Amino acid sequence: MRQSNLYIVLYAAILTVVCGGVLAWASEGLKEKQQANIALEQKKNILSAVVELKEGEDISALYAKKVKAFVVDYQGNKVQGVQPKDVVVAAEYKKPAEERLLPVYEFKSESDSSKTEYVVLPVYGFGLWDHIWGYVALQSDFSTVQGVKFQHKGETPGLGARIESDEEVQNRYKGKTFYDKNTFVSITMMKGEGNDWTGDQHKVDGLSGATLTAKGVNNMLKDYIASYENYFKKNGKK
Amino acid sequence: MSTETVAVEVKKAEPLFSKKNKKLITNPLDIDNPITVQVLGVCSALAVTTQMLPALYMSASLLVVTAASNAIISMMRNTIPSRIRIIVQLAVVSLWVTLVSELLKAYAYDISKTLSVFVGLIITNCIVMGRLEAFAMGNKPGPSFMDGVGNGLGYGLILMIIAFFRELLGSGAIFGFKVFEAMGLHYKSNGLMLLPAGACILLGIVIWVQRSINGYRESH
Repeated sequence: MRQSNLYIVLYAAILTVVCGGVLAWASEGLKEKQQANIALEQKKNILSAVVELKEGEDISALYAKKVKAFVVDYQGNKVQGVQPKDVVVAAEYKKPAEERLLPVYEFKSESDSSKTEYVVLPVYGFGLWDHIWGYVALQSDFSTVQGVKFQHKGETPGLGARIESDEEVQNRYKGKTFYDKNTFVSITMMKGEGNDWTGDQHKVDGLSGATLTAKGVNNMLKDYIASYENYFKKNGKK
Repeated sequence: MSTETVAVEVKKAEPLFSKKNKKLITNPLDIDNPITVQVLGVCSALAVTTQMLPALYMSASLLVVTAASNAIISMMRNTIPSRIRIIVQLAVVSLWVTLVSELLKAYAYDISKTLSVFVGLIITNCIVMGRLEAFAMGNKPGPSFMDGVGNGLGYGLILMIIAFFRELLGSGAIFGFKVFEAMGLHYKSNGLMLLPAGACILLGIVIWVQRSINGYRESH
C-alpha cells in the first residue's frame, strides 16, 4: 500500500501534535512534584553535612526549624532580595571569586535559637572527569569541620566516586581545621591511602587510585572556603 | 502486510491468555531471551546493574515502554505510512520513555538520579524497536501487548540476575541489605564487580549457562 504524500505529511503532523500535547500536559502536571523533590534533596544534603539523618525523619520540618539561609557577597555583606534557593552554585562557580553570590546556611543551636551553632557552605569544583560539589559544615569558629557532604557527576566508580559513596572518606574531614591560628591553609587530601594524619590538622588520608579526584576536592575546598573569608571576619572570626 | 492482516481479522477472536499468547510471555524468558539469545539491550544491562533496586526500576520502565509502545503501534499499524514507519515508531517510543522518565523524577527521585541518562536511552534500546518492527507491525494489539510484556520480563530477568551477583559480590548486599554483615562475616568487596568489566564477565557467564541448559546454538 502506497500512500499519497499529503497523507504522509498530515499523518506526521498529527502524530507530532498529539505526542507533543501529551508530553506538555504530563510535564506541567508533574513539575511541582519534581521541583519539590529537588528542593528536598538540597535540604537533605545541607542537613546531613551537620547531623546524622535518621530514616523517615521529616526533613522539611527539621530544616525549617534549624536552618536560616541567606546570601552574602565576596565582601561578606548580605545580599538583599536574593534567596539562596535561587542561587545556582554551578553558575556562580564560573565567575571570578570576587563576583560570586555565596549562599550561607546557618544551623541554629538546639537550646538557644538565636545562636548559630554551625554554618553550612556550598562548595563546587571539578574532579577528574566532571564537576564535583557538596556542602561543608563548619563549627562556630569558622575553621573546624563539623562534617562534609560531597557529590559528583562522573568520578570513577569505586575510586574517585568514593568521595560520595564512602561515608568513611567524608568522616576523615571531621575535626580538621581550615585555619592555622588566623591564617587560611585549607585542608588537603594527601596522595596515598592508609597513612595516619591524626597529628596534622590540615591533612586527611588520600584515596588510593584517585589522586586526581582528591586534587579536585582540594582545589574546590581551597577556592570556595577562601571566598567566604570576609564573611567569617565580619561575623567574629579574628 | 495488508494480506496478512485481512487473514488475521477473519479468524475468530482468541482470548488474551490463550496458549499461543502465553508463549509470547514465556518464550522471551528463555529460548528467545532478548539479552542472552538475541544479544540486544546489552549496554543498559551493563550500566544499571551495580545495585538491584535501580535495576528493578529500569526493568519495570523498559517493560512499560515495550508493552505500551507495542500495543499502540499495533493499533496504528494499518494506518502508518510505510515510508515513515520507523520515525512513527520512534515517536511513540519516545513518548512513552519521556513519560516514564518524568514519572520517575516525580515519584522515585533517588532512583531516577541513579539511572540518570539510561532511562532516556531506552529510546535507542534495540529490544523496543526490534519488537515493534518484528511483532507489533503485523499483529493485533492484544498479542502485541503480551509480546511487549514478555520481552520486558525477559530483559528484566537477566538484569536482576546480573544485579544480584554484582551487588552481592561488589557491595556485599542484596537490595541494600548488608547480608554478610548481618551474618557476622567480614566481606571485602570485589571492586571489579562494580565496574562495567565485571558486568561483562557476568553477562558472558549467564549467556553460557543459559545456552548450555536450553541447547541454543547460533546458526551459521
